[in-house]
Amino acid sequence: MAQLLWLVPLLPLLGFTALALTGGHLGRRAVAWIGAGSVGLSAALALWIAAGFLLHPPAGHAYTLTAWQWMAVEGFTPTIGFYLDPLSVVMMLVVTFVGFLIHLYSTEFMAGDPGYSRFFAYLNLFVASMLALVLADNLLFLYLGWEGVGLCSYLLIGFWYDDPDNGRAARKAFVVTRIGDVAFTVGLFVLFTHLGTLDIQPLMAQAAAQWPAGSALATTAAFLLLGGAVGKSAQLPLQTWLPDAMAGPTPVSALIHAATMVTAGVYLIARTHVLFALAPAAQLAVAVVGAATLLLAGFSALTQWDIKRILAYSTISQIGYMFLALGVGAWAVAIFHLMIHAFFKALLFLSAGVVIHALDDEHNIFRMGGLRRTLPAAFWPFLIGGLALSAVPFISAGFYSKDLIIFDAWSSASGSPWLWAAAWVGALMTSMYTFRLIFIAFFGEPRTQVTRRPGTRVMIPLVILSVLSVIGGCLELPAYMGNVHLFTGFLHLSLPAVHALAGDATETALELLSAAASLGGIYLAYVLFLRNPHWLRNLASQGTGAALHRFWFGDWAMDWLYDRLAVRPYYWFARVNRGDVVDAFYRGLALLSQALHEVLSETQTGTLRRYALGMTVGSLIVLSIAVFV
Amino acid sequence: MILLWLILVLLIGGLLAWLAGPRHPLWSRWVSLASLGVDLALALALWVEAPGGVDLSRGGPWVATLTWSWIPTFGINFHLAADGLSILMTMLTLVLGIASVLASWTEIRERVGFFHFNLLWSLAGTLGVFLAFDLFLFFFFWEVMLVPMYFLIALWGHERRIYAAIKFFLFTQGSGLFMLIAILGLVFAHHSATGTYTFDYFDLLGTRLAPHLAMWLMLGFFFAFAVKLPAVPFHTWLPDAHTEAPTAGSVILAGVLLKTGAYGLIRFVVPLFPEAAHRFAPVAMALGVVGILYGAMLAFAQRDLKRLVAYSSISHLGFVLLGVFAWNLLALQGAVMQMVAHGLTTGALFIMVGAIQERLHTRDMGRMGALWHAMPRMGAVGLFLAVASLGLPGLANFVGEFLTLLGSYRVSVPLTVTATVGLVAATVYALILVQKVFHGRPREHWEAADLGARAMAVMLTLIALVVWLGVYPQPVLNTAHPALSAALTPPARVALSTGAAP
Repeated sequence: MAQLLWLVPLLPLLGFTALALTGGHLGRRAVAWIGAGSVGLSAALALWIAAGFLLHPPAGHAYTLTAWQWMAVEGFTPTIGFYLDPLSVVMMLVVTFVGFLIHLYSTEFMAGDPGYSRFFAYLNLFVASMLALVLADNLLFLYLGWEGVGLCSYLLIGFWYDDPDNGRAARKAFVVTRIGDVAFTVGLFVLFTHLGTLDIQPLMAQAAAQWPAGSALATTAAFLLLGGAVGKSAQLPLQTWLPDAMAGPTPVSALIHAATMVTAGVYLIARTHVLFALAPAAQLAVAVVGAATLLLAGFSALTQWDIKRILAYSTISQIGYMFLALGVGAWAVAIFHLMIHAFFKALLFLSAGVVIHALDDEHNIFRMGGLRRTLPAAFWPFLIGGLALSAVPFISAGFYSKDLIIFDAWSSASGSPWLWAAAWVGALMTSMYTFRLIFIAFFGEPRTQVTRRPGTRVMIPLVILSVLSVIGGCLELPAYMGNVHLFTGFLHLSLPAVHALAGDATETALELLSAAASLGGIYLAYVLFLRNPHWLRNLASQGTGAALHRFWFGDWAMDWLYDRLAVRPYYWFARVNRGDVVDAFYRGLALLSQALHEVLSETQTGTLRRYALGMTVGSLIVLSIAVFV
Repeated sequence: MILLWLILVLLIGGLLAWLAGPRHPLWSRWVSLASLGVDLALALALWVEAPGGVDLSRGGPWVATLTWSWIPTFGINFHLAADGLSILMTMLTLVLGIASVLASWTEIRERVGFFHFNLLWSLAGTLGVFLAFDLFLFFFFWEVMLVPMYFLIALWGHERRIYAAIKFFLFTQGSGLFMLIAILGLVFAHHSATGTYTFDYFDLLGTRLAPHLAMWLMLGFFFAFAVKLPAVPFHTWLPDAHTEAPTAGSVILAGVLLKTGAYGLIRFVVPLFPEAAHRFAPVAMALGVVGILYGAMLAFAQRDLKRLVAYSSISHLGFVLLGVFAWNLLALQGAVMQMVAHGLTTGALFIMVGAIQERLHTRDMGRMGALWHAMPRMGAVGLFLAVASLGLPGLANFVGEFLTLLGSYRVSVPLTVTATVGLVAATVYALILVQKVFHGRPREHWEAADLGARAMAVMLTLIALVVWLGVYPQPVLNTAHPALSAALTPPARVALSTGAAP
């Protein structure tokens, strides 16, 4: 059945083709069936293939399928080929399964939109590209998927193209991630030039064989790939595009900008983990980037008022955790958090979508309030998602995945107390900003009338994702709860295990501290935002408090900085040089020859005597040159 | 003989189209279409019948040749030949020729016969350029393609057509003069070394030249081709000519005529003067990189939609210059792929711009916006072409750019990295095009019909080609392979390195 692997990405691609070629002439029902149906089939097939993989694992726990030779020039022989190992099995399942739920949700959520068919076309293309990305067996095909999802992200952020602001956000997302992609592309040049292949498995083997640990080339290549990952996964210093990307429809934010695409950087690093293990400096950079990002984004999330922007910053922050895990060598743990995060963050966004719809496109949490009673259909899923995001002990899946990361940040051979401290503070921040949102939007007095309630096709995904956000963690239980390692055990077939230096006792102690952070954050949020909101309001309205608030609200002024450093100079150059300065030279040349032409035509007087004189003088000069020189 | 017919069919077709014009405009359109169709069939036959079938990499480089004595005293022959590179360029020329006849179907309403005459003769000249292997004959065709193009711009162009036509003519003519001098210099140098006059490409290939003479002669050729390509800073004729030309003129200019410059670099500059060109390579590569970035930045700056596309050509052709002078097969294959891909996507973009101008009577992007509402098919096509232009993997341009950069990385890391930054600049101008034309708020109210069936057929064909070459570029790569490896290992180099002296 693994032979049918190629159908998994092809089905959504066919869906896209059908929708694109019919160009909006199909009925809504047909569009919904094609759009959601193609992904649903793909998910079913993926489930079947995964079951086969688990029951009858192929030799070496990896299966390769080559569709065709993409090109072959001078030893450069990338294929359109797929590679299935435990890592890509997990990614394939997450992408198709969460993808299908969000498609299903969208069939109802987008029902009133005139661009219904266009929406599903883009969304199908996205799923196809994302599947190419996670299933590719070589880095060039992976890059195809990588750019494909970037394009779909652009198209879907700017889906409501009438508003120029949406267009701006869309372009920003594409351009900023492409800056990272320049590094990625150069990384591909380095890898191919020095190792002679881009097929991931041979490439990793070659790298391990040819490059000693810490060698300059390995470090360069790893840093370049990290550049691509940082752009795509919205990590420092390229995180600025993600909050703006919330301009897209909410299902898009859930699928692309929370569950799948933005985690592509995490996948890339996990996929090329051999290379990063050869480059300790780059791997440390991954950890530091992750730690710094999760903190910075946490502070920014605390100050936002737009429900989707808060969630966007929380995504940046949670991917920071994944980077931290990768950086300390806890590859499988990073992927575990990636999967759990896909469940609960999709859940959060989808329930936020219900709220936004119900309140007539209201994004401001301060104008919501009381939704606990007026819109329970959104409250309960959101609460479950929020608990998972805050990693509340035992009852949420996020607890099991995030606390593994926090523990590994301390105990791994490449971990450190500093990284642990950052992760711990981040955990405190996370539950604080999450419950700030929940307390303000769902508790207190209702401020806006609820006008619409969700139907079945919206509720089914919410229920399924809620269940997953609660029980998903059972795949991986700590020592004191039975020591279950189903997930990491499976992934360790393709990713090395983390070398933990600390024992079970430390684990228990650290988890207690993490639990304290999680619950403490909720308590702080309760005190500061529900019981005594005036405290912070006073603090943030004057002096340094206000400045700090502005600073965090504006994403640590990085947007401002990039605007001054790059965007404005580029616009300035374009404005100044619109007429092309090089052409001035040729225009000058033309003017000069025109002037000379006028001077010379003056000599054309028609007077015979002048001509005779000229001829005589000329002959004399020529003769004297001939005679005397 | 098939090579001669390739050219003759277009010349005769052009005359017939001219004669038919006064009777009914449709006649000359159909005559042009028919002769281009016949020609394309001939070229395809040549491609398929070539030794080893479509996969030319297994046969020798030469698919067909034809030699007639012309002016024996000076050793001038009527010498046509075709290898994979010539065939690729021929097919590109004919495909775009058909596309531009179809694109002018409703746009050109005056002197229709003479228009098609000029179009076909310009294409015939271009085919001659791609097939001539006698330098005199080559120069002759170089001029033949120029004059009808001048008329196309000057007679059927837009507001500033005379200025643009004269500028185009002066730039190409002026630079052509340098090439003529270089050709003569090469012939005389060959004469003084061997005692025979010859203009034949294959005889001249082995000519041994003093290094500084070789450098000057190489520069003569390079200058002509660099203007045609165009390389920054010789590019300023292009935005004017492309913008002012009628749609068919722009398509042919961008899709085909620019390729004669690139073709000349690969066919003449590199094999005839390997040492000199190799020494000059760093400069040429740097010019290529400058072109990539400068073209992209200026494309972004434009308000005129057609100028934007014109400047994007400069950026794309920068990759070709970089690839040719990176001096390895990987980059050279990339350059050829980029030539084909650029021809298809930019040709299609110019058709789109022409269609927009025909409907809106303006090219000012400041007056457009939200055209997707009125013309969703046009919008989808435009979006696709913009995305192809910015080098999305899976589409033809990506293959060209990636192979070029992969090859040039071995030669110069700094230049390659700088060129890669061009990917960001390309994204910026491609997205601003989509934004200003198809997205955003409507600035004026336009009641315009969407692309019709004829235009959609053309566009879908070109799009299908771009996708096909993006996911399976091997036919192009295989076809070009023997010609390109021959270009990189010319006999001249062998003669010099072995020091064989008479």
